Amino acid sequence: MVKNSLGRLVPEVFAGKTYTPYKDPWSLQPHCKRGTRDIKRIDHNAKKLVGNLRDGIIASGLKDGMTISTHHALRNGDHLLNQLVKEIDALGIRDIKIASSSVHAIHSEIIPYIRKGVITGLECGVNGMIGELISKGELDCPVVVRSHGGRARSLITGEVLVDVAFLAAPYCDEYGNFNGFYGPSACGSLGYAIPDSIHARKVVAVTDNLVPYPAVPVGIPQSVVDFVVTVKSLGDPKKIVSTSTRITTDPIGLQTAKYAAMVIEASGLMKDGFSFQTGTGGISLAVADHVRNMMRKGKIKGSFGCGGITGYFVDMLQEGLFRALFDVQCFDLKAVESIGRNQNHQEMSASMYASPFNAGAVVNRLDCVILSATEVDVDFNVNVNTESTGYLLHNTGGHSDCAAGAKLSIIVAPAIRGRLPIIRDRVTTVTTPGETIGVIVTERGIAVNDKFPELKEELIKRRAPVKDIRQLRDEIYAITGAPRPLEFEDKVVGLVEYRDGSIIDAIRQVKK
Amino acid sequence: MKIMKKSQAGTSQSSDLMVVVEPANELRVEVESTVKRQYGHLIKAVVEKTLADSGVTAGIIRVNDRGALDYAIKARVETALQRAQ
Amino acid sequence: MTDFKLRRSMLYVPGNMPSMLQNIPLFKCDSIIIDLEDGVNYAEKDAARILVTNFLQNYRKRSQEVLVRINPLYTKWGYDDLKMILPAGPDGIRFPMAETPELVRELDEALTKYEKQAGLEVGHFSILPSIETIKSVLNAYEIAKSSKRLTGLAFGAEDFTASMGIQRTRTGEELFHARMVVVWAAKAAGIQAIDTVFSDANDMEALLHETEMARKLGYTGKSMVNPRQIDVIHQAFAPKQEEIDHALKVVEAIKQARLMGTGVISLGGKMVDAPVVKRAVTTLQIAYAQGLINEQINEEVIYGKE
Repeated sequence: MVKNSLGRLVPEVFAGKTYTPYKDPWSLQPHCKRGTRDIKRIDHNAKKLVGNLRDGIIASGLKDGMTISTHHALRNGDHLLNQLVKEIDALGIRDIKIASSSVHAIHSEIIPYIRKGVITGLECGVNGMIGELISKGELDCPVVVRSHGGRARSLITGEVLVDVAFLAAPYCDEYGNFNGFYGPSACGSLGYAIPDSIHARKVVAVTDNLVPYPAVPVGIPQSVVDFVVTVKSLGDPKKIVSTSTRITTDPIGLQTAKYAAMVIEASGLMKDGFSFQTGTGGISLAVADHVRNMMRKGKIKGSFGCGGITGYFVDMLQEGLFRALFDVQCFDLKAVESIGRNQNHQEMSASMYASPFNAGAVVNRLDCVILSATEVDVDFNVNVNTESTGYLLHNTGGHSDCAAGAKLSIIVAPAIRGRLPIIRDRVTTVTTPGETIGVIVTERGIAVNDKFPELKEELIKRRAPVKDIRQLRDEIYAITGAPRPLEFEDKVVGLVEYRDGSIIDAIRQVKK
Repeated sequence: MKIMKKSQAGTSQSSDLMVVVEPANELRVEVESTVKRQYGHLIKAVVEKTLADSGVTAGIIRVNDRGALDYAIKARVETALQRAQ
Repeated sequence: MTDFKLRRSMLYVPGNMPSMLQNIPLFKCDSIIIDLEDGVNYAEKDAARILVTNFLQNYRKRSQEVLVRINPLYTKWGYDDLKMILPAGPDGIRFPMAETPELVRELDEALTKYEKQAGLEVGHFSILPSIETIKSVLNAYEIAKSSKRLTGLAFGAEDFTASMGIQRTRTGEELFHARMVVVWAAKAAGIQAIDTVFSDANDMEALLHETEMARKLGYTGKSMVNPRQIDVIHQAFAPKQEEIDHALKVVEAIKQARLMGTGVISLGGKMVDAPVVKRAVTTLQIAYAQGLINEQINEEVIYGKE
């Protein structure tokens, strides 16, 4: 165990692998070549369409001890990972690691297979029950949580070797060209699958919608796909995309969004060329709505909107407020429809989106990003992974990537959530270092990182409720009382990797 | 004040709590809460203080809290006690 | 200028919902009305009373005026409400179904009695009666003069239309005469006039229209049930830029005049006397409260130092 620069006690070796403790967001340099895989030759007489999922697993040569991956563009509607694990079990294969781009609540179906030893490790973060059981010590399955950019990085550098990627392919031909734009399981962008398609040793496209060759437009090309298999259904369309994502109607959320808009306005970033990313939460969308009105009012021509894309951003593109959208994942139906027909709505790989180790990610070009938080400490460090129970319940997503890349990262969160104060002396888990966070906005005040003295001054001039972060914490504690720190065992059940691969925090088993 | 009969107060909405009180020979306070790990001790303290201020020395008091603040906890306990008269 | 208190926006908050009560300090309205009457089920009247009392005891450093809407004194809850609530120190009572001056005087006496008991100055608690039935509209002026505690009259259209046996419409023609009667009665008695709630929280356009109309008629505030309406209501009551500019000129002129030792001056050929200055100062105070100007105007401007 060593203390990293944030004072977090982290292991240097975990589940047999060696890790570097986190030092700062910028200094860690890559010293390796791109992870490689064997060059292949598939001649004109070879068939790639091999049958069903089980046939695909057999064809891929999956064996005990290997690592598989899937992408999470089907979100909580995904049926593939569950089916896959069942088939792997049926084939008697054991000791498999999962390195998917994310694991969702729907995947709690694999819990029995973890218990059985079919799955023995997670090289990715998790949402929901699996994380809870791991945190309780009831499920033995080492987990390494990675950001979207960090995961792309780990595949590209070869730190995580994916033996077989099983990629859900909503619109696919028999020779392996596919996209996510059409079909019963249409999900839009396949940005998270692109690194897998390039770096996994074997790539199996799994489709419920086999179309005549060629499947165009080509998203992931035939030249990287080894096998194509068909399944009855990849997922539940209702849960793959939301039919609508909505602005909050909660007055407190709206108040917070208004303050966030004040911060953007005061930042001076709101001018021609403005670029922006926000999530899909009700408050984030309310901020997006303010941004849209500000851009209209100021006749501002933005450059691009980024991230997981919602209908709000599609509307802004169509209105001419942005020239382009960079889309790593579509969140609603409108976004899916748009990416299939609009050239300026551009599909983007997870690497291009957010990886720290390439020749420059899109997040580096962001002016402003709106992010959420479960907890923030007085040094602006943010936790989005663990909940008030101490359980690992959420994946990092693009949080630490965007925070590091954007000129200004704004955390928007309610000051109090069911008595839990957002700002506290110490966060349960550090996901994103405070050094990369600009401003915390709550309905009870705005805390500006000392790294932005001019912004702070400007906000005070505009009579925004600017408070020192400690003062804001005290005001919130005066209402909620000071929380009692959670109690943990010494046993480390998971790691939180920073985007560059260093270990920013460890997840420990929660004391009963 | 004495708990004469079983009664309850509060709701199961967020930021509220349900309090059920019933007569017993000794005093027992049970707290369940969505924020128990971080606030269970404070919730229990407010309940106990409210009971003491009302002179309640015996009874079973069950609290099911959904992140209520102290004023609401105190109010709901007081209401349940009043209704138990 | 003894009572310059902005009451543009008066927000109802149901008395038995902790999730709403604890957000009260965050709402940027001028007044809060915590409701023990229509917003609380009969079975929960006792619970709401206790909850609101506890909330108020903890909310001492207030950012707005806080009134409590008690149940009418002729119901079995009214006096119990007062008994519990007054020690918790609300700023005043929003008094529903105030149909006659006698009803208001009954409340006035109850407040006086408590104030004397508690060693408070008589008149400590204010009363804002609701004019919300046809009978109370007809008695409006008498009600407006019934107690020195009154800060205003508050028109209530929902109960009013019910008492008339008519429907309330989006454009509100059916309320016109009653609205006029209430604002006249209030103005004649030298108190504020507060317009009725506009219930459709999604129709901001109609809300803006209705509030602007009320302002033109002489209303200085509006009741509401949804905090999302605060901004629109403030927008409607906000002085227009040309009004602010004019008011600033008036104040500048009177300051100059005072320096030269004269009380009456002219601005652009028009005489500027005390009422004009008073209106200008009110305009600037509202403008300051809404962040439209950066400097607070103090009342000495009108009459000078003693």
